[in-house]
Amino acid sequence: MATTNLPNQPAKKGTQIHWGKVALFIFLLVFTIVYMSPFFGAIITSVRTQEDISVNGFWSIPTEVTFSNYTEAWQRANVDRYLLNSFIITIPALIGTIFLSSLSAYALARHRFRINRFIYFMYVAGTLLPFQILLLPVFLLSNYLGIYDTYWAVILIHTAFQMGFCTFVLRNFMRTLPGEIMDAARIDGCSEWGIYWRIVMPLTVPGIAAIATLEFTWIFNDYIWALMLIQNDELKPVTSGLTTLQGQFVTNWPLIVAGALLAAIPTVVVFFALQRYFIGGLTLGSVK
Amino acid sequence: MAVMSQDPLNKDQKKRPDTQTFGQKVGHFVRKHNLTPYFFITPPLLLYIMWVIGPMFYTFYLSMTDWDGISRNRETRRPEFEFIGLENFYDLFGSLGKVIPSAFEYSLYNNLVWLLVFITIPLVMGLGLAVILNQGIHGERWFKVGIFLPQILSLAVVALIWSWVYNPRAGLINTFLAGIGVAPENLPGWLADKDWAIWSVIAAATWRQIGYVMILYVAGLKNVPVTLLEAAQVDGANAWERFRYVTLPLLMPVTTIVIVISVIDSLRAFDLVQIMTRGGPANSTSVLANLMYIQAFNNYRMGLGAATAVVLFFISLVFIIAYLYRVMQDELEY
Repeated sequence: MATTNLPNQPAKKGTQIHWGKVALFIFLLVFTIVYMSPFFGAIITSVRTQEDISVNGFWSIPTEVTFSNYTEAWQRANVDRYLLNSFIITIPALIGTIFLSSLSAYALARHRFRINRFIYFMYVAGTLLPFQILLLPVFLLSNYLGIYDTYWAVILIHTAFQMGFCTFVLRNFMRTLPGEIMDAARIDGCSEWGIYWRIVMPLTVPGIAAIATLEFTWIFNDYIWALMLIQNDELKPVTSGLTTLQGQFVTNWPLIVAGALLAAIPTVVVFFALQRYFIGGLTLGSVK
Repeated sequence: MAVMSQDPLNKDQKKRPDTQTFGQKVGHFVRKHNLTPYFFITPPLLLYIMWVIGPMFYTFYLSMTDWDGISRNRETRRPEFEFIGLENFYDLFGSLGKVIPSAFEYSLYNNLVWLLVFITIPLVMGLGLAVILNQGIHGERWFKVGIFLPQILSLAVVALIWSWVYNPRAGLINTFLAGIGVAPENLPGWLADKDWAIWSVIAAATWRQIGYVMILYVAGLKNVPVTLLEAAQVDGANAWERFRYVTLPLLMPVTTIVIVISVIDSLRAFDLVQIMTRGGPANSTSVLANLMYIQAFNNYRMGLGAATAVVLFFISLVFIIAYLYRVMQDELEY
């Protein structure tokens, strides 16, 4: 790991204790534990029964550890269905947005044409748009097309809205590819589609992996579009489904918190499995 | 040699137009007019115009109508409404400065507070943590993961966890305060308390944001050349001076991004308010995004909701332009 330790400090032996670092370590340890306490607290609450907590209070030794809140949230509160819906919405939207933005990114990065910059800036600006400004017309449009209250309504708006950021990142990534390879392919008679599909896309895989990891969590975590466009409880993704659960089990905190933690599992798993890509995606989009 | 090279080539070229297949002709036309990029940009662009650009302009139009969200033409089934000019905007801005603050006034104020908190606290704490983690602390990876974790959770999950944390009777904070001996009547109601509510919501949002900012600064710090810091040290700069005059200026691009992201995120704030308080108690946690949703879908005043969204848009526009300006400068460097 990179450090700002300067080499001209006297070389210390490994066994010597750096008190400054020990102090920083302890500070960080305490800070991180306090910082994560809502999360830890939620986990502890979720494995206790409501009677136990309401009688003995949160700061007591649990009388028993139980996973019944999880099973109940999974079965009775529909979290299993909600999670499945989240995947049904997220995966097509993710594939769609990445494929479509790679098309425009290729044209914007590798071709000169009159409105190139204009289109690029439009996508960049669209990334920052407060999407509330799209809310009512998208609601109307979905109604008009007859896809309101179906998966398609949410899939389409995600595909379209996330394209701005994906195009921005992929275009900048494709710009760093060496142009000679494409010129060579062109001379060898490769079609433009062939150049895009067989040369540029394979070379863009690291960029796509990074952006896909990030986009997965963003689309999966969306709440407002799901709330707006899906009413049918059987079709709700886990984010808007959770609030239904909250309304249903008003003060049953162990169960609500268990449902919330279940809802968090997919994105947390993706983050841990693909951590490098995830962080890469964050910095690709922001630090050039 | 001259004959050899002339003959086959010339023949070929002369014959070409006649023997070209239809596909070749199209290819020739496309190349001549440089149409290739348009084939690539058109499909995504159509979708983008239909679902993003078009709706944006339609909101401007809707904001000047009195649509209630229900009235439809009996035959065409199209929404039916009248054009009323800027009346919705007079409604909004006319509600400012009353004795009892309107929901719109609360929203403007809360968005401003949210924005100010977001561009200060996550920035300072994120930078501080990144600098500490950059010292080569034992187990730094786990600290990073722990502090970044809230960012991965959806806002809905964060909202539910914090609703529990803030719960006056069963929540983490109040049971802790009661445990260390705070009298029950002194325990704040957090989300239920008009004076505490917005700060409680913003605190939960900040909790999720700090890790994000920290990760951006960690990446930025890796790009600060050690040689510059060494040179500064040779010149007699102490640790603070090295940070202030070498590291911090070099982190400026990251800081710009952090500020832009924080501003945009604070203006988009919706999920936490919607789930934790629905804008209450007594509008005290209302933000523009939430207000527009309530006006449009709970009060059936779509026109007014659209007008609120337009106000939100113009506030964001200032920052969008500033960011575009920066991106444009980057482009000119090429």
